[in-house]
Formats: sequence, C-alpha cells, structure tokens
Amino acid sequence: MAGPGGDMQWCFSQVKGAIDDDVAEADIISTVEFNHTGELLATGDKGGRVVIFQQEIENKNLPQFRSEYNVYSTFQSHEPEFDYLKSLEIEEKINKIRWLPQKNAAQFLLSTNDKTIKLWKISERDKRPEGYNLKEEDGRYKDPNSITSLRVPVLIPMDLMVEASPRRVFANAHTYHINSISVNSDEETYLSADDLRINLWNLEITDRSFNIVDIKPANMEELTEVITAAEFHPHQCNTFVYSSSKGTIRLCDMRASALCDKQSKLFEEPEDPSNRSFFSEIISSISDVKFSHNGRYMMTRDYLSVKIWDLNMESRPVETYQVHEYLRSKLCSLYENDCIFDKFECCWNGNDSVVMTGSYNNFFRMFDRGQRRDVTLEASRENSKPMQVLKPRKVCAGGKRKKDEISVDSLDFNKKILHTAWHPQDNIIAVATTNNLYIFQDKVN
Amino acid sequence: MISTMECAADAQSLISISLMKIHNSRTQRGGIKLHKNLLVSYVLRNARQVYIKEKYAEIYRMQQYEEVMTVCNEIQELNPLDLDAEDAEDEEQAAAHARTSSAIFGCSPLDDGSKEPDPCYYRSCCMEPSPVPHCDQFTANSSSSSSSSHCNKTTVLDLDTHVVTTVENGYLHQDCCCCDALQCGQGARSPARKRKVEFSCCVSDVEDVSDFTAARKRAKREDCCYSNIDYTDTSNISNLISIFGSGFSGLLSRQADLEQICSKQVLASLGAWTRAIVAF
Repeated sequence: MAGPGGDMQWCFSQVKGAIDDDVAEADIISTVEFNHTGELLATGDKGGRVVIFQQEIENKNLPQFRSEYNVYSTFQSHEPEFDYLKSLEIEEKINKIRWLPQKNAAQFLLSTNDKTIKLWKISERDKRPEGYNLKEEDGRYKDPNSITSLRVPVLIPMDLMVEASPRRVFANAHTYHINSISVNSDEETYLSADDLRINLWNLEITDRSFNIVDIKPANMEELTEVITAAEFHPHQCNTFVYSSSKGTIRLCDMRASALCDKQSKLFEEPEDPSNRSFFSEIISSISDVKFSHNGRYMMTRDYLSVKIWDLNMESRPVETYQVHEYLRSKLCSLYENDCIFDKFECCWNGNDSVVMTGSYNNFFRMFDRGQRRDVTLEASRENSKPMQVLKPRKVCAGGKRKKDEISVDSLDFNKKILHTAWHPQDNIIAVATTNNLYIFQDKVN
Repeated sequence: MISTMECAADAQSLISISLMKIHNSRTQRGGIKLHKNLLVSYVLRNARQVYIKEKYAEIYRMQQYEEVMTVCNEIQELNPLDLDAEDAEDEEQAAAHARTSSAIFGCSPLDDGSKEPDPCYYRSCCMEPSPVPHCDQFTANSSSSSSSSHCNKTTVLDLDTHVVTTVENGYLHQDCCCCDALQCGQGARSPARKRKVEFSCCVSDVEDVSDFTAARKRAKREDCCYSNIDYTDTSNISNLISIFGSGFSGLLSRQADLEQICSKQVLASLGAWTRAIVAF
C-alpha cells in the first residue's frame, strides 16, 4: 500500500447521518469499529444505539467503483439507567464496540456503556417457516375442530431480515466508568477497564469476572493517576497493556500473577521541563492505546501527539508525531472550554505503515511511518461530491497566512474528530465527525 | 518550570475556573468523572503554587516594609542628629533582619522588572495613623530619589539610614533562588528550609479570610503584619470554595517545605472531593 503523501490520494466515498447543523445529542457518534474482515462497520452513539453498515460485495471487484457501505442493522444497545443506591444516572452512551472474530454465520460484538457490557448476536434471517398445522399465518391458533389434515411446514424465502439479540449481559462489575474493552486472541476471554480496575471475563460467563489490575489506593486522597485505556496483545493471549493519566503505559503478563498490579514493563518518556505549564499533566494523559497488527509496536495518543513505542524499548517512544502543536499556546483557552479534555483515538492501517488520528475543525491527520510524511485532511460536506479528491489542508500557526491555509484562531473547536477507523485490509477509512460518519477510500488510478 | 510570565492573576483565574469545573461536575449526567476531576485538581495544584508564590512575594514585600518602618521609627525616636553610636548597630539589625527575611522567602518578584508592588499596600501603611508622622516626609523623600512609580523599601532605607543597607534589590536577588516548587532545583533547598518556619505565618492571613482548617503549628508571627493586605482575590476564591461546599482541608494549612507541599498538598487538596467520589 502506498503512503498518504504524494503517492496516494483520498477520495470521498460516503457520508452517513443527518445533514442539518442542529445536532441532537443522542446522535453524537461515540465509537467506530470495523470488524475483522472489514465487511461490517459499527458505530455507537450517545443515545445508546448501534448502527452497523455492511459493505456491498457485488461491486467490490470493479476497479472504478468501490463498494459502498449501507445500513445493515440498527438496534438500541443500552438504555439510560438509574443507580438508586448512589443516586446516579448511568449514561446510555456507547463507549466502545469490539467485534468478535466470526466463527459461524452470525456476527458477535461487544458494546459497553459506563457500567455494563453486552454481547450482541447479529444474525440474518432470509427464510421463514410456512404451513403450521395449529397456527394461522398471522399467528393465531386455529380451532382444533377445524383441522382436517396434517402437513409438514416448509421454509420459504423472505426478504432479508437482520436481527440483533443480546446474548450476554456483563453487569455490576465496575464501580467506576468503563473506558475500554478488548477481546483476547484466545477468543474466549475479554477485558474491561474502568478508571481504577481491569477485569477479565469469559464470554460465556456473566456472573463472575476476575480482577487483574487494581490501582485504587487504600486512601482515595492519595489518588494520583487513573487507567485511561487497555488492550490485549493481538497474538499473545497472556499479554495486555494499559495506559494511565500520567502518560505511562504498563505491559502486564497474566502468567506472572493473578493480580497484575506489578507491571512487566513500564513505558514512560521523561517530561521535557522546558514545556512545563499549568496543563502539563492534562496534555500528557494518554487517551488511547493501540497495538500494531503485527504486535511489535503500540501507539499512544495524548492531547498533542501520537507516539509509537517498540515493545522492547521502555525508555522512550521510537517515533513521535505532532498532531496539532499549534495548540500548545492555546491550552488555557482549551482548558476553559473543556476541549483540553477531549479524548482522541488513533488507529493503524492494515500493514502498520500509516497511523491516523483526529483533530479539530473536522481535520484528521495521517502519518506515514516509512516515508516520514504526514497529511491533514478535512471531513466536510463541502468536499463530499462522489469520488472528490480530498485536498490536503494546512494550519497557519503564526505569521503571514498563505492562501488556502487556515489560521489557528479560525479553527472550529466544536467540530472535532475523536473517532476514526481503518479497514483491516484495504485503504478505506471511517471518520466520525460529531454526528456524521464519513467514509473515504484511496483513489484508484 | 512554569513560566514566570504567568502572573498571579492567571493563577487566580485558573483556580476559580478549576473550582467551578469541579463544582459543575457534581451535577453532570453520568456522575462525577474521576479522570477529568483528577486532571482539574492538577491544574488547581499548579495554579495554587504560582498563586502562593506570588502571595509570598507580596507578603515578603509587606513584611520588609514593616520591618524597615519599625527600624526607621526606632531610629527616628532617637535624636536624629545623634546617630553615630546607634547607627551601626541599628543598621546591622536592619541588615540582619532583611537578610533573614530575604533568605526565608527566597524569591521576590522584584527581579521581574515589570512587577510593581501593589501600591495599596504602601498607601495603606503610610496612611494609617502612624506613630511616626515623618512617614510622609519619608515618602516624599523617597519618591524623589527613586522611580516614583516604585513604592520600594530599598529607596526608603537609603534615605533613612543614609547608608546602603543589605536590603537592596541586588541582595534580594542573590538570595532569590527560584522558589518554584516545580523546578525543585538545588538552589531551592536552603531557602526552602528557612521558609518552613515562616510558612504557616503567611498562611494565617489567608485563613483569616477563609474557613479552612487552621495550621497545626504556628511559628512566631510577631514579625508579620497583614492587617492591611488586600485579600479580595483570596476571598473570591474562598467564596468559590464555600460554594463548592467542601473544604480543602490541608490545602493551605500544612507546614512543610514547598517541595513537600507539592506532593502533600496535592494529595490533601484532593481529599474533599475524592471522598465524595469514593462513595461512587
């Protein structure tokens, strides 16, 4: 695959969601995830709904026309709840969706809000039985006296129906807000992480989970850091990492002990003292951690940068990419309007050569690791003509603004791209703005 | 280190903003977000350190002026023409006094040329019914030989004793290792230790205005005179704190080195709201 620089150009493919600028809070997209084949694309929103898009297979081989994603299934995953004991409302917002590897005809995914994880089965039904002896077609029971003959019911084709049903509900295991779920490579277990604890579940068992990390101090007044993200290693089923609000990443081996409070490796980069500010702790907090597909690297996202870590080197990242360094001088304003607390995610492309993350003004950034090139693109309705090539954007940090550049002060901080996903094999990306999902693909020459 | 360009006013506004954020988070849907509040508490801690550093500097200036005024008054009570015998001694006392004070505080904003001491301190000191009526004359004289915009004890001392004392800008600066706790450099070590004695002394004035828990130990406070200090900003902050509804017990009351304050205070400052959060 070519890099994001001069070799490859990205084109608009589709946009999903409402057009009007008045955004309903329930429609705000909160998570985006491709499944393992890339055929399905799931989104979760603040209203607790999951929408799954499916790639149309038929046209996939046509060179000039890439397949589209169409709505496959929509269901209400979580509802708002109320914890009467603590007088707390539990938001229905979907924090994370993770697909399980497909084992049979049905698809399975895990979706979670702040407190409860659910396993959903998404299955297709394209046949229905007909010819019951005791029931009418509409389901009413026949009068037994009217039955004069017996017949064998048959299955007849019907319009495709996609059903989503909750198969497991994993509840009451988290005191704090769940921020991550990750399916293990053993395909039997998964972890869920909240601010202070990480639990290990078996997908079949809902009434028990093992606590594998607990960083809650004996005295809460001594609390200095929280867990911000966690993920299993893609191949080693005993290994997982979790990131903290202090900018550290801990790699743990579950074979070492039952409670993995003592890390096997601690990844931490010393702070640059010349960059110290009131907000140093906030901007060093890691918002996302993702293993590379090959399992040799991991990527972390903090407020201003993306860092690539070699799992064999704990002292510093091997690569650091500045996402929007021009915001460093604006941290005070970003603190006032709460933007400094935005949690940006990041993702790898299929062969780990390019990483992507979001920014403000509906900009998103791609960094080609091999070619050392980066590009800023924009997801907007103005650039949404079919197959329209996206023009690289540039932010003017200071001085004279060139033509086509946008100045830092003109950036719209309400338009943020927090969630992005990259197709596991192809150059197709899904980028979520506040309430729209944009799908881009590389230009096929 | 946090840039010294960020003045106390920024720190104060950050403290206010942070407290409001913590307050608002209690009514947010979904419950208190532990992560966000932890980050806000770090900003609060950082802003507080800068704010207190500025307050130290102001108190130090105030204290210096008061001490000098006391010395001046004592000298003035003697026959102004008969200073030869006592001059040297008083001068030494004043110098020693000043040396101790400057070493104690270890940092003065005077090195920042653009910083002016709050004129109201000076005015209030001069306007109070002073046992030394020649204070005004003093002032008048001092203004002629100094930059008039500067109410600077250095100048006062010069006029009064007719001798260059050790309480000079240069001397102050020498002892002014940056007391920024975030730097925690070597130089901060010794001033910090001396500061330890005076810390609770300075805290007491803030406690006058707020309803924080009192300091456990109090150093001698005779040298400190804070009655005229304008603590409007502190009262604003304390109002916000009372709005927030829980005390930051220990936020300002621990007697410790400034470096220890970094760790202990931040921990103590988390106390009130984390107790609330523990319930969740």
